[in-house]
Amino acid sequence: MRPHTSVKAAAVVAAASALLLAGCSSDDSGSGSGSGSGAYTTPTDPAQKIELTYWTWAPGMDKVAAVWNKEHPTIHVEVNKQDGGDPAVTKLLTAIKAGSGAPDIMQAEYQKIPTLVASDALADISKDIDPATKSAFGDGSWNAVTLGSDAVYAVPQDSGPMEFYYRADVFEKYGLTVPTTWDDYAKVAEELHQKDPKAYLGTFSSTDAGWFTGLAQQAGASWWGVDGDAWSVDIDSEATQKVATYWGKLVEEGVIDNKPMYTPAWNKALNDGTQVGWISAIWAPGVLSGNAPDTKGQWKMAKLPQWTAGDDATGNWGGSATAVTTQSKNPQYAAEFVTWLNTSSEAADLLVSEGGLYPAALASQKSALTSPPDFFSNQPDFYSLAAEISGTVKPFTYGPNVDVAYSAYNDEFGKATKAKTQQAFGDAVTSMQKTTLDNLKSSGYNVKE
Amino acid sequence: MTATTLPAPTAPGRPGPDGAAGRPAGRTAGRTAWGGTTVLLLGAAYCLLPVVWVVIASTKSAGELFSTFTLAPSTHLWDNITALSDYRGGLFWRWMLNTALYAGVGGVLSVLVSAMAGYGLAKYSFRGKTATFNVILAGVLMPAVVLAIPQYLLLAKVGMTNTYWAVLLPSIISPYGIYLSRIYAAAAVPDDVIEAARTDGAGEGRIFFRLAVPMMMPGLVTVFLFQFVAIWNNFMLPYIMLGNDKLFPLTVGLSGLLNQGATQPAMYTSVITGALLSIIPLVALFLTLQRFWQVDLAAGAVKA
Repeated sequence: MRPHTSVKAAAVVAAASALLLAGCSSDDSGSGSGSGSGAYTTPTDPAQKIELTYWTWAPGMDKVAAVWNKEHPTIHVEVNKQDGGDPAVTKLLTAIKAGSGAPDIMQAEYQKIPTLVASDALADISKDIDPATKSAFGDGSWNAVTLGSDAVYAVPQDSGPMEFYYRADVFEKYGLTVPTTWDDYAKVAEELHQKDPKAYLGTFSSTDAGWFTGLAQQAGASWWGVDGDAWSVDIDSEATQKVATYWGKLVEEGVIDNKPMYTPAWNKALNDGTQVGWISAIWAPGVLSGNAPDTKGQWKMAKLPQWTAGDDATGNWGGSATAVTTQSKNPQYAAEFVTWLNTSSEAADLLVSEGGLYPAALASQKSALTSPPDFFSNQPDFYSLAAEISGTVKPFTYGPNVDVAYSAYNDEFGKATKAKTQQAFGDAVTSMQKTTLDNLKSSGYNVKE
Repeated sequence: MTATTLPAPTAPGRPGPDGAAGRPAGRTAGRTAWGGTTVLLLGAAYCLLPVVWVVIASTKSAGELFSTFTLAPSTHLWDNITALSDYRGGLFWRWMLNTALYAGVGGVLSVLVSAMAGYGLAKYSFRGKTATFNVILAGVLMPAVVLAIPQYLLLAKVGMTNTYWAVLLPSIISPYGIYLSRIYAAAAVPDDVIEAARTDGAGEGRIFFRLAVPMMMPGLVTVFLFQFVAIWNNFMLPYIMLGNDKLFPLTVGLSGLLNQGATQPAMYTSVITGALLSIIPLVALFLTLQRFWQVDLAAGAVKA
């Protein structure tokens, strides 16, 4: 397994260094190399029916697939609903190692793509898709699925630009102003907690590494990097330390909560109004309407507070792409479905209405998102504001051992939130750096320190 | 959890030929042991409170679940059941049927294999008997969870993952069931009876099915219940084996409703209602099979 890993590691490094090169030259010149799309024909004989399995955890995807199946009687897509990003990836990697059992099509979160490519789980579909597909997406999301190379490992599906959600009614009741900088956020948090000692403006969640990553991304961090043919790990950077110690201070002072999100207790707090704000992403309305249905119409969305007044930056939390696996026997048909799913306006409408997703395709963002989500009917400009925010996502490079970094986050920040000191938060970042770097080295990657 | 409340017929060691020697003499009625009663009452409360919680919580709407007083029931039970039944075209009920299939078929096949293996180990002498039994004993100590991944890799080799067989096949072999059957066969099937049957010209298969199985029946019911509950509650094996949610048992299906990823709300009310519905068949099974043990007790008293 070791030599295999390092070969793939080299491939990923090569791909990612191409990403950096592509990032330097701003014009897109070499995109259409090796275009072989349309080189196959859709089978017309019903006896040759192609069966494709599709692993996804987004809700309503079976309904989207049903529309496709109706229009394509000879290519049948069967949706197998999964338990969310981490379990699905674990299962996929097990099936890839076992040599059978993987689906044809797989939903994959952006941060998992380097890992999956390094494990040889995702097929390069650049020959199977229309080269013009690229232009349907923003550079950020397209780079995430190509890793900056000529290969295409997935087609972007949805994205999760981060925003600040708050209870407008509670803000009004206590005369609070919506924070625009993190300094403001700290002041408002303190003020709120003084006026209602049970209420918190937010919580620091030690179980949501993706959330913290998004905040670090906003501050300008990029946790992995490529230097020549070597990976580097830059978790313990000034930007990440700034974010960690900022939250550490708030937790130490007790003005924000230190309990994890997505627990029954957190749900209760959303319902009874003791969690007054939530640093979340564009998909928050779906979660809020499911977990705190009675607070409908009381929330509002705003831009994330900024580190420097006047800045305009955000991070990304969540979002995923749709990939074709290396075990698929019909990658060209799978690629056809994946392209239809994520670029056609017909599918986009369904992704929004059935899946509650924020489509990554630029045209779909305009066509499918005309009125605000039902839960936010009090904020008519919800999606126009969201579109503005989604353009300000900072660049970020994910490495091949995101899972290790994320579980180190859970371990280290789990301790830090218990210790409740600013010092512990800073130390947690340092420990994350060490764990991630050591793992990368021991996995056989070429690592530069 | 329910498994621990089972009376194990073999627990006090091998009962003598009268079947009663292993049983404690029994206290005289009329005296109440307050200390013991208190402990038992606390134990009962500890076991039953979560059930009460599930019953009450399943009557609450999503909004009420986290906002109203824990033990205050509401009126939304039927709404919750409807919502759960509507989820992806009644998938929940399919999970229920799958679980019944895995547990029912798996349990019956497991009893058959356990009974045959246990009887064989108890009543025949052959080379490697002790070694075989020791390996099975070691299997009792090995948690099934540890075996799930190797079993997955083996079944992947023959392309059987993501099928009903992936869950059924590993459930058929139960080291504990074989162990229990051996102990029970040794105690409940007298060698004399087998010898007599052989003298009368009965074949080995006939002796097993006509004589040994009825004598072992109470033990086999216990094995069935153990295995049925174990499969019913099993999570790890189907979780690893299955990718298609139409094949899921209840445990994996319900856990999926809770773990939809950060971007989706967890369907707490549906999961709680589903948990309530999923224990009803188990409770029914225990109540109906309970009389088999009572038969056993009575049989022991009058045999001799």
